[in-house]
Amino acid sequence: MNWSYTIWIPLLPFLSFVINGVLYNRLPKKLSGVIGTSALGVAALLSYLTAGRYFFGTTSAEGYQPILAWQSTWMHITDKLAIDMGVYLDPISIMMLVVVTTISFLVHLYSVGYMSEEEGRNRYFAWLGLFSFSMLGLVLAPNLVQTYMFWELVGVSSFLLIGYYYDKPSAVRAALKAFIVTRFADVFFLIGILLYSYYSGSFRFEDLNNIAAIQAAHSSIPVFMGLSALTWGLMLIFVGGAGKSAMFPLHIWLPDAMEGPTPVSALIHAATMVVAGVYLVARLFPAFHGSDDGFALHVVAVVGTFSSLFAAIIAMTQMDIKRVLAFSTMSQIGYMMMGLGVSGYGEEGLGYTASMFHLFTHAAFKALLFLGAGAIIHAVHSNSIKDMGGLRKYMPMTNITFLIACLAISGVPPFAGFFSKDMILEAAYEHNKLIYFTGYITAGLTAFYMFRIYFMAFWGRNRDYDHEPHDPVWSMKIPLIVLAAGSVVLGLLPFNEWVTSDLRPLHIHFDMMMAAASVGIGVIGIITAYLLYRKPSDAPDKISHSLGFVYKTVKNKFYMDELYLGITREVILKRIAAPVAWFDRHIVDGTMNLIGNTTVGLSKGIKRIQSGDFQVYAFGILIAVIFFVVLFNYFIPTI
Amino acid sequence: METGIQIGDVLLVTSIMFFIGVYGFVTRKNLIAVLMSLEIIINAAAINFVLINKLVFTTNLHGVFFTFFILAVAAVEVAIGLVIILNLYRLKDSIDPEEITTLKH
Repeated sequence: MNWSYTIWIPLLPFLSFVINGVLYNRLPKKLSGVIGTSALGVAALLSYLTAGRYFFGTTSAEGYQPILAWQSTWMHITDKLAIDMGVYLDPISIMMLVVVTTISFLVHLYSVGYMSEEEGRNRYFAWLGLFSFSMLGLVLAPNLVQTYMFWELVGVSSFLLIGYYYDKPSAVRAALKAFIVTRFADVFFLIGILLYSYYSGSFRFEDLNNIAAIQAAHSSIPVFMGLSALTWGLMLIFVGGAGKSAMFPLHIWLPDAMEGPTPVSALIHAATMVVAGVYLVARLFPAFHGSDDGFALHVVAVVGTFSSLFAAIIAMTQMDIKRVLAFSTMSQIGYMMMGLGVSGYGEEGLGYTASMFHLFTHAAFKALLFLGAGAIIHAVHSNSIKDMGGLRKYMPMTNITFLIACLAISGVPPFAGFFSKDMILEAAYEHNKLIYFTGYITAGLTAFYMFRIYFMAFWGRNRDYDHEPHDPVWSMKIPLIVLAAGSVVLGLLPFNEWVTSDLRPLHIHFDMMMAAASVGIGVIGIITAYLLYRKPSDAPDKISHSLGFVYKTVKNKFYMDELYLGITREVILKRIAAPVAWFDRHIVDGTMNLIGNTTVGLSKGIKRIQSGDFQVYAFGILIAVIFFVVLFNYFIPTI
Repeated sequence: METGIQIGDVLLVTSIMFFIGVYGFVTRKNLIAVLMSLEIIINAAAINFVLINKLVFTTNLHGVFFTFFILAVAAVEVAIGLVIILNLYRLKDSIDPEEITTLKH
């Protein structure tokens, strides 16, 4: 079968980026959105075509085989070591293709309505195109170097879009923070790539994942602190993934990233870019699983589990609707990491499938939550849930879709989140009881904080609004409806047939008790939220007041931002940056200044010779000629 | 041994001419005199060409023909030089080289 057309899936958004970027001021006002949306629409259709052909057309007894649809050598270093650019199709990359193009298309469509009053819309759509291109390039990468390049490109486009309102100081700060924190993590990522591929001798994923071959090729791989260099490399790579996926303790940029336009948050900071870390671990899953008995994978599981609980606790106290969703995203990504971390390989790869499944369903309902929040913010002109209340009367459509998304994320059957979350918990239960228990508590907290904002925004106190809020325009409604439909039915997809750790179909059994338990805790969370926030009351305030110090700590996000700020100011700036700056100013610059000043002084002394009187010059020439004639005639022997 | 003008005599005369020209070029305080000194230098070279051609390389006429080029170039040079001097005089009201020192550091 011919797969070469798949190269157009990333290239179409790139075209949209080029057209919107180059014809920045010359495009008619409405056209930029149309170009972006149609490019992504076609890309989405191509992705569905690819998914259909791949999942229904290439199955064999060996399971699904990866396909290298397109490839070109970019840098030829040695015969074995070359850096390629290519399009690599396998179940997870095709799944991500579908997710990225669909969400990006819907977000483009939504933005046509949402950004209709903004001045810099062409810039906005150009950057959305750049982001979609980079994300698709990242997803389709057949080797780690291409992954890294597009990894940085999504980082840049995220930076540009967070700082879209560049006249707002808080947005500029947030953009810088996101860029610096993820860049900091990417340094470790790069070191990890270099360390790991030093032993694998190749950047291709097949070679990286073939850990037996790597170990066979080297008689001894150095061991540091009881772990082999391969494991260290993988853990450094995971640091990069944790930075992008906002895992503790590199999560501090994600809540601030909400300064960007809301559709951007839905696309980048909920559905696609932030799951790149999960995708990266899934890409290298056999390596993670095979190296040192999967030690690196345990690290992934612990970090993921802790982040998911940590973020869920913070999310309960936040008042900004987008920040609640941001912490919720962090929590759910922690879930995905946990799913990968507890997974085995082959027949025991339930966690892997569950994690990818959760990534898929989460993209739908979290994008829906963000777009719904965007519709609310558009109507109420405020991010704070204190300014909302009683919106169900004004915005019935938004109300229903938001409710569906909340039910999906809380794991209520038959919505999509139930199936994927239940699978993750099941995998965790078989692996480690403590991880399972933490995930279980987190599920309850998730249900609670989601319904907290739902009840506070759509029920609660009725207010008088200056402008009466109303449902958004059609271009914003359609994405909400499509994603709501997705949040309902996507859980029924047979993911265990398609996306598995060893590419063969996985047999799963449905544990009724386990499902009932996880639904139970979800329902408890929902009921608690209902009792506290359904009607306006002072009970929540009383509870938070009685918790006192604990509540304050949580509300301030465990003072993580302050901790980072303190370390930056006290240690990095004072102890490291200041001496380095002194050295730069006095030693490096001093040397250069000395050279410069000497030259200037010398020229001041000798420039008087150039008097402008040509007779003096002529005399000088005469003297010189005589000097050389005498010199060569009498003092230097002829050759 | 052939009698008459010897090569050493010629070189002596042209050397004296050359250094007279150089002396004038460096010391005169009038640009026209400077130009005249320049002509003397050129003529010293031209005489060398003709006579060395005549006395040393008797089988060809390269030196003689070269002298024609020197004459042509010298004529052009005098024309341009005089124009420059004329314009300088309009600009500065002077043709003293010591006063024309605009091109300096």
